[in-house]
Order: sequence, then C-alpha cells, then structure tokens
Amino acid sequence: MSTGAAMRVGAEAVEFKGWYGAHKYLILRRVTQLAVLGIFLVGPWFGLWLVKGNLASSLTLQILPLTDPYVLLQSLVAGHAPELTAITGALIVAGFYGLLGGRLYCSWVCPINPVTDAAHWLHTRLGIQKGWQPRRETRLWVLAMTLVVSAITGTIAWEFVNPVSMLHRGLIFGIGFAWMFVAAVFLFDVFVSRRGWCGRLCPVGAFYGLLNDKSLLRVSAISREACNDCMDCYEVCPENHVITPALRGHGDATPLIMSRDCTACGRCVDVCALDVFRFTHRFDHHTAKDAEAISHAA
Amino acid sequence: MTRKADTSTSPKNPQRRRFIGDVARVAGGCAAAGFLLSTYAIEARQLPAEALRPPGALPEKDFLGACVRCGLCVRDCPYDTLKLAELGGLGPATGTPYFTAREVPCEMCDDIPCVAACPTGALDKGLDKIDDARMGIAVLVDQENCLNFLGLRCDVCYRVCPAIDKAITLQRTHNTRTQKHAVFSPTVHADACTGCGKCEKSCVLPEAAIKVLPVRLARASAAEHYRLGWEEKERAGGALVPDIIDLPDRVPGDGAFKPLMELPEVSQ
Repeated sequence: MSTGAAMRVGAEAVEFKGWYGAHKYLILRRVTQLAVLGIFLVGPWFGLWLVKGNLASSLTLQILPLTDPYVLLQSLVAGHAPELTAITGALIVAGFYGLLGGRLYCSWVCPINPVTDAAHWLHTRLGIQKGWQPRRETRLWVLAMTLVVSAITGTIAWEFVNPVSMLHRGLIFGIGFAWMFVAAVFLFDVFVSRRGWCGRLCPVGAFYGLLNDKSLLRVSAISREACNDCMDCYEVCPENHVITPALRGHGDATPLIMSRDCTACGRCVDVCALDVFRFTHRFDHHTAKDAEAISHAA
Repeated sequence: MTRKADTSTSPKNPQRRRFIGDVARVAGGCAAAGFLLSTYAIEARQLPAEALRPPGALPEKDFLGACVRCGLCVRDCPYDTLKLAELGGLGPATGTPYFTAREVPCEMCDDIPCVAACPTGALDKGLDKIDDARMGIAVLVDQENCLNFLGLRCDVCYRVCPAIDKAITLQRTHNTRTQKHAVFSPTVHADACTGCGKCEKSCVLPEAAIKVLPVRLARASAAEHYRLGWEEKERAGGALVPDIIDLPDRVPGDGAFKPLMELPEVSQ
C-alpha cells in the first residue's frame, strides 16, 4: 500500500477497526498506569490505605510486601544485608515480572513511560531527526555502571538520579525539584535522541529486560502472511528492532517476538489494520498459515 | 612506498575494529557517567546538621546503602514527624526520611512504628527501646541568649524533655550578675539524650538556644589513653598508688608563703 506511508500512522487501522479497536492496548495501558499510580495515591489523598510506600518498596493491605529487585540488588552490592521483608518483596516482584513479562514494568507500570511517549509524540509532530542513537546495549552498560558505583560508594547509587523513582515518589510524597529530572528526560527524547531514554539508556528497563528472557507473555506475528508492509508497526514500536525476526521470518521461524527488549505494550497489535499481531504465550509457535493447513487437512 | 600504508589503513577485520570502537565509546561514556554519579553519591553522605534521621537509623554511610526511599516509615509515623527529602536545596539525599526538630520533633513512641515499618533494616530493628535511640544530641548552643542562663526561670526545655532529670538537668550555680540569685543552667547528659528534639522545638526564643545536633558535631571524644583518676580509684576500690610519697614543698626565701601580688578587689 503505497498510500500507507503518506497517511498518518494507524489511520488505516482506525478505518478498519474503529478508533477504539485501533487504540485498545494503548487505552488499557494508560488505565493501568493510572491505576497503579492511583492505588498509591488514594492513601495520602483520601486516607484509604490500600498501599503504602512507593514503587521502591510498598506494603499492600498491611500484608503484601513488594520491593523493586533492582533497587535491592544495588543495596546488596553496596554491602547491606537487607531484612527478610525486603527480600521477600523483591522475590515476589522479580517472580511476577520474570514469569509474566519483564518489561511489562516499562510499558504498563513505569510513570516515566507516559512522559517519553509524549516526548515521542512531540518529536514526531515536530519532524525532528532521530538524533543521537547509542547502541541499544548501552543500557546494559549503564546497568553495570550503577552496580559498580553502588559497590564502590556503598550507596544505592542509581536512586540519587533515577527519574523513574523520582517521579513516582514525587507524585506521592512531594516532588521538589525532581521534576527537572523528568523534564530532562522529556527534552532528551524530544530533541536529542529519538526513544533515547527508555530504548537505549535506562538501566531500570535494562534490568527488567533481563527478567524478560524466559517470561510467558509474548506478542506473535501470527498472521504475518497477511502483512502488506505498511510499516506502521515499526513506526509505533518503541523497540522496533524486535519486530523483524518475527514478522519477516519464513517457514519454521517462530512468529513470536522473543527479544528481551519487547515491552509488550501492544501498540503493534493496535496499529495493524490487518491484525497481524496478537498476544499469546511463549510456547505458541503456530501461525495463521499452520491453522489453515490443519483445517484443510481435516 | 605503498606496501605498509595499505595494511595500516585497511584493517584485516573492519567488523572487529568497529566493534572495539563501539565498545570503547560505550564503556568510556559509562565510566565518565559513573565518576559523576560516584561524586554525587559520596557528597550526599554529608547530612545537613538540621536534618535528623529517624530512630534506629544506621550510620549515614551505611544508611544510604540500605534505605530504598520507600517512605513506609513516613507513613507509619503517627505524628507526621518524618518526611522524605525532596530534591533541591541543601537537604538530605533525595527521597530519604528525616525530620527537623524545630518543626516537628520525634514523640518517641514506645512501639517505634517507623522502625517496625522499615522493610530493609535501614532503621535497625535491634532498637527495641526508644530510650536507646540516638537521633542526635541536644546541645545548649547559645548560653548568652538562653533565658535560664540570664537568670530567669524559663525551664521549658527541661520541662518538656521526655527524659527529664536524666537527659536534661538544671544545674544550680551562683548568679554573678545579681550576686544574690541562682542560675539554673539546663545541662544535657548525652548518655540519656535520644535527640528527639522536643527541647529544641519548645525553646521560647525566636531561634532556639538549645539544638539537637548530629552526634558527630555534638560530641567530643576523650583520648583513648585518658583515665579519670577518681573513676579508676573507685573501680580499684582504693588508691591505685599505695603509700604516695609526700615530698616537702620547696618555696623560695625563708620558706614562708607569700603571694606574688595582692589583688586589690579581693577582700577576704
């Protein structure tokens, strides 16, 4: 479809599936992000203490401890032996994301995600060049750096500058000048580097990406035969290198997006007018073509 | 002429060269960022003197490696004493819990809910009696403005002290100004002071004359080899040196004592 490129990204999907159908996961994601923030806020705002604390560590309904495993890892290498509550909480969180999908944190929970999504929207509207594009593995180096600095200084080092926790904590406990770190990330993504923060530098995302290797929830290019090369999925995907192996694979190559960088945001599912993508689990290697073959055989 | 130049400008393995270049760039960048972050982290250890950590807080150096800045201690503080530091100004490390005695002091709850709430042990659960907390030490920093030192009976810091007569006592001395009254000087005893800050909070002066300072600022330390004779004597149950030899005092002249000069004001 040569006109696809001239149309606005996703216009075709809106035409085929309706506005809601073409934004289903985006809306779900915003609702989830707001809900996660909301359950932390109803305590301080309305005295309804469902959850106390913040994403670094929290206590739900006075019983369930949850702790960010990345923060606790820094604490460990800094030489602190944490108490059992924090360790239990970190194991629960790591287990949840490890099982379900590591980078679900990035696209469904992280408060910086709407910020960088907004930055990307503005970046596109302003038609800015993609700018500085460090390698995607850079975030793993940054992750390693934060652990080394934690070990050397004996502090939880990344928490001094982490815009993720600063924003989340700031919204719940008072933000001070932490909004500057958030604004810095926004400006960085708009003007300096397209999808630069979440896609290339953030060590929190890198950490949760490591938890993504074995997790169950996957996006599958199940109907890849139907793809008409409109490239809309590549346009909306924050980590668009993950699409190619699944979408462009032939024959026995799995249609599953197996890269640890996939945040399972579901934008590709939304934006595809031909419903090439859908959510499934990591053992579901079949394609629409297989299903067809089976039904023909039967 | 060309034989060597060719081999040096076109590497045998351009892929490898590019890879090494990329890695060097990333590693260099991360090292530079790491240096900055380390400097920031080390500077953050310098807790401002007005900021007091919650009871049971590990020493500042360890605290910053243990506190995940979740604010659960803040939430369980029934008096809204604790808050999380916001970024900016010269406050404590961003996101860490603290209180300012002059604003809201620690009420020293018996069950120490802040310590119970801490999931990581940054607030040490080993603290089971709030009287053992050492959030800081009260110091009467300005005797010249303290009303009690001026000879008045303010006594407020003494009266509000949760460890009255142990952490703060009133030492009675002679009022040299009026020559006939007493001065009741508030005196802090560090062995009983928890640093809760109630004295600082309630000092009636516009700027408190008594302030809770971090232990590092409030306290001197005796040299390791110092021994206090009277304590040693008590411990030993008698004089340490038996049969001390009392040599005759040698005075100049004929042996009779004469002061070097007469002080005019002194009338005996």
